[in-house]
Amino acid sequence: MLRVDNLKTKGLPLISLELSKGECVVIQGASGTGKSLLLRAIADLDPASGQVFLDGAERQEMSGPEWRRQLRYVAAESGWWEETARQHIPSTKRTRRWIEALGLSDVQLDRKISRLSTGERQRLSLVRAISDNPKFLLLDEPTSALDAQTAALVEELIRFQVLSDRGILMVTHDEEQAKRLGDRRYRLTRQGLEAEAA
Amino acid sequence: MTSYIELSYWDLVIASLFLLINGGASLAFNLGIERTLLLNGLRMIVQLGAIGFVLKFIFAQTSPFWTIMLAIVMVLVAGREVIARQSIGIKGWAYYGLGTTTLFFVGLVGTVIGVGFLIGPEPWYAPRFVLPVLGMMLGNTMSGIALSLETLTTMANREQNAIEAHLAMGASRFEAMRNTHRQSLKTGMMPIINAMAASGIVSLPGMMTGQIISGVDPVEATKYQLLIMFLIAGGTGLGVMLASFGGVYLLTDERHRLRLDRLDIE
Repeated sequence: MLRVDNLKTKGLPLISLELSKGECVVIQGASGTGKSLLLRAIADLDPASGQVFLDGAERQEMSGPEWRRQLRYVAAESGWWEETARQHIPSTKRTRRWIEALGLSDVQLDRKISRLSTGERQRLSLVRAISDNPKFLLLDEPTSALDAQTAALVEELIRFQVLSDRGILMVTHDEEQAKRLGDRRYRLTRQGLEAEAA
Repeated sequence: MTSYIELSYWDLVIASLFLLINGGASLAFNLGIERTLLLNGLRMIVQLGAIGFVLKFIFAQTSPFWTIMLAIVMVLVAGREVIARQSIGIKGWAYYGLGTTTLFFVGLVGTVIGVGFLIGPEPWYAPRFVLPVLGMMLGNTMSGIALSLETLTTMANREQNAIEAHLAMGASRFEAMRNTHRQSLKTGMMPIINAMAASGIVSLPGMMTGQIISGVDPVEATKYQLLIMFLIAGGTGLGVMLASFGGVYLLTDERHRLRLDRLDIE
């Protein structure tokens, strides 16, 4: 269980939220309301007041890296620190299966990151994020750079992750995608989080 | 061996006319640097002129108090210069403190080893030895530290996505900043490494030239220059390491977050 209690950071209203494992919660809202800031603050990438608990343990009880190993933030356009994706993603049976499921292959893994398309990088960053089995995923517009067909592959992988008992908090601008994936949906406004009708 | 030849003020006036070439180039190519050139030229004349008289006074005292006082002023000014050279600095006094503390430590270690143990003048605090050696150490280490910190801040700013993606994967601040930190170390050390390669062939270093002009045997002057170059190289390496480690600490926090909000971007 992930519990966010009165989280407050610059540019964001006071936020409280709960998310269970095996559940996908979607957050929508107009541009500039702070959706990405919210995910970053939960991942402890930006300073914020308030408390965030993971399975009953408050994040201050552990180091930042320890927290982020259990709760993984994936930016819409994530960065890379080595030359190829293969250097970032361990080669296991599971990762190979996910790479294939997302319509990718060894070619993309070995190509220089700078030579990959934005969509390829976006899919590979998702594989990288789940490669070490974090408990929760914080996905910031995971299909923003993808066509409908490829986005469907990513949605399939997200559903599979939920079924595998991973909790997912996701930001998307795609109304239909939010309805397809979200067990619960919220709209982020200047006042705070408002629950959307099921 | 020729003895030392004293210069007249007229000699300096004639030599200063060479600056007119730079001024002419600025006007001809519309560079707009003639004012800065004039101001910095005047600043150099005032600073060097003043230090000439200050050193004359301090050499006459040969007191540890005056030697240490001037050494402290030199460290503080060099620390200020490190900050002034940054296009992207880090906000707050800690950044000034980082440069100054590093320079103080490197200057102290280099001068104690170089002057105290190796040259060994009588008395140990003889300002004629302590201050020039400290000055050369500070000048070179200052450039190395300034370059290193500049690389650290500009690269951290540019590579934010990569660093934060690494942090998001559970990396520590030093793991996530590894590429940036390595580049910062390398850039800070390159000038002194290049200077060693060029010394003696492309250029005769300033101190050696000065000693030769003053009538010192060139082989003796070379020995002094080598000693200084070793001290400067070691001091720059030590200074760059300390400053870049400190820089990584200032650019991140105890929760291993990248804190670009601490950057002072003009």
